[in-house]
Amino acid sequence: MNPGSRLRGALRERRFAVTAELSPPRGADPEAIRRGARALHDWVDAANVTDNQGAMVRLSSMAGCVLALAEDVEPVMQLQCRDRNRLALQSDLLGAAALGIPNVLLLTGDHQRFGDHPDARGVFDLDSVQLVWTARTMRDQGTLLSGKTLKPPPSWLIGCVENPFAPPLAFRAERLGKKVAAGADFVQTQYVFDVPRFAAWMRAARELGLTQRCAVLAGVGPIRSLRALERMHQIPGIAISPEVEQRLRGVAPERVLPESIAICIEIITELRAIPDLAGIHVMAFGSEQLVPEIVEGAGLGRRAHARVNERVG
Amino acid sequence: METVGHASEAVGRGANRPVPTAPGISLPFALILQRLLRPQRVWYALAVWLEARPWAYRAFTALEKTVKGRLFGCRMCAQCALPSTAYACPMSCPKELRNGPCGGVGANGDCEVYPGLACVWVIAYDRAAGAGRTADLRRLQRPIDQREWGQSSWVNYWQHRDAGLWSADVSFAAAPPIGTR
Repeated sequence: MNPGSRLRGALRERRFAVTAELSPPRGADPEAIRRGARALHDWVDAANVTDNQGAMVRLSSMAGCVLALAEDVEPVMQLQCRDRNRLALQSDLLGAAALGIPNVLLLTGDHQRFGDHPDARGVFDLDSVQLVWTARTMRDQGTLLSGKTLKPPPSWLIGCVENPFAPPLAFRAERLGKKVAAGADFVQTQYVFDVPRFAAWMRAARELGLTQRCAVLAGVGPIRSLRALERMHQIPGIAISPEVEQRLRGVAPERVLPESIAICIEIITELRAIPDLAGIHVMAFGSEQLVPEIVEGAGLGRRAHARVNERVG
Repeated sequence: METVGHASEAVGRGANRPVPTAPGISLPFALILQRLLRPQRVWYALAVWLEARPWAYRAFTALEKTVKGRLFGCRMCAQCALPSTAYACPMSCPKELRNGPCGGVGANGDCEVYPGLACVWVIAYDRAAGAGRTADLRRLQRPIDQREWGQSSWVNYWQHRDAGLWSADVSFAAAPPIGTR
């Protein structure tokens, strides 16, 4: 169905890959996605379309992926277990394949208490490891969880996430190992602000033989303002190092954004020295227009794309 | 994010909701009980006997619920993962994660949903590490059968219905298809 994809190609050829987040709007306006997609087009191998991120209702990830494809941006469809049971997860995965979405990123999802509907039921019928395992079985064995046969089977690249900075730290590489055993082709990490700690996690993953089987993309991103800094402190699992915090608080308010972009570029430069790192994943929380400056500033250059649409369908 | 720190209001006080629970018994003691309760002829016979008598099964299940509820925060999923998680119950995780901790664990090891309570997977890892059993946590846990809630996991276990709940392999080699158990 999709014989080649830009992300798959970049990872296979071991080009340093760049992915970025594309946040769907709260509302029914397709232009917001299109604008973000156009900003990212020349600069990323693929763009993650988030799925009710932070347990906040947004336009659906699958619809956002279709809009991104129309702008010639290769999507990564995020799909989380909080909002769907095993039937809905598998049917959305099939839908993604049929629509020519070449990559999926499978995660548990933020708990509903952090979102705009804390009164909702969280589903959590499968966890992220089980969902990766299910997707790989669908693709490689051509069967559903029920054992029923899929004709034809889907062919997406399967992604997952990991947070190297959350306790139990000693288990975080092994947790990635479970996802790799289950079938993850690539992993995108939580924001990296502490490069030495990230490097230690990479070393542990390498020693377990995981980085050869699963491409690791390190999460990076700017902090646009001191308010954004405060907000990020509230998000579970994000660890902002004291050095970064000091630098952002040490400049005039209008200098926070340029300073944070400079920090982001420095972090990318340090990350590129880590053996086996396959690329970066830029998270700019709805400010896709910042991504080109970061990618270019880090010396990663524009991507040379063949049109996505020519190879889909 | 005004809700942070007011867990009970944000999460609710409903019955049988998952709340991370530190086990009430040590891992070495739990492993002794595990040896006593492992499947064998006498327990198999008891399980068959119980299933043939609804009143006895109900009484036994109530006993199981009380004991395991007190000790582990058991919610009676009936597919017990405890032997593979250092006897910290993953179904007491608010996301019911059976394969390890989520990415939202606080820097101090607290559950993101219940600040002030330790993440059950942090507890599991610490207990497993203390006994040299962290390899147990590497096993891939299959999805549970949601029809089984409220049944007796002991009766299931003694009749070998739990076989295949988790993978035997701890090497991170590519797992076999997920399939049904």
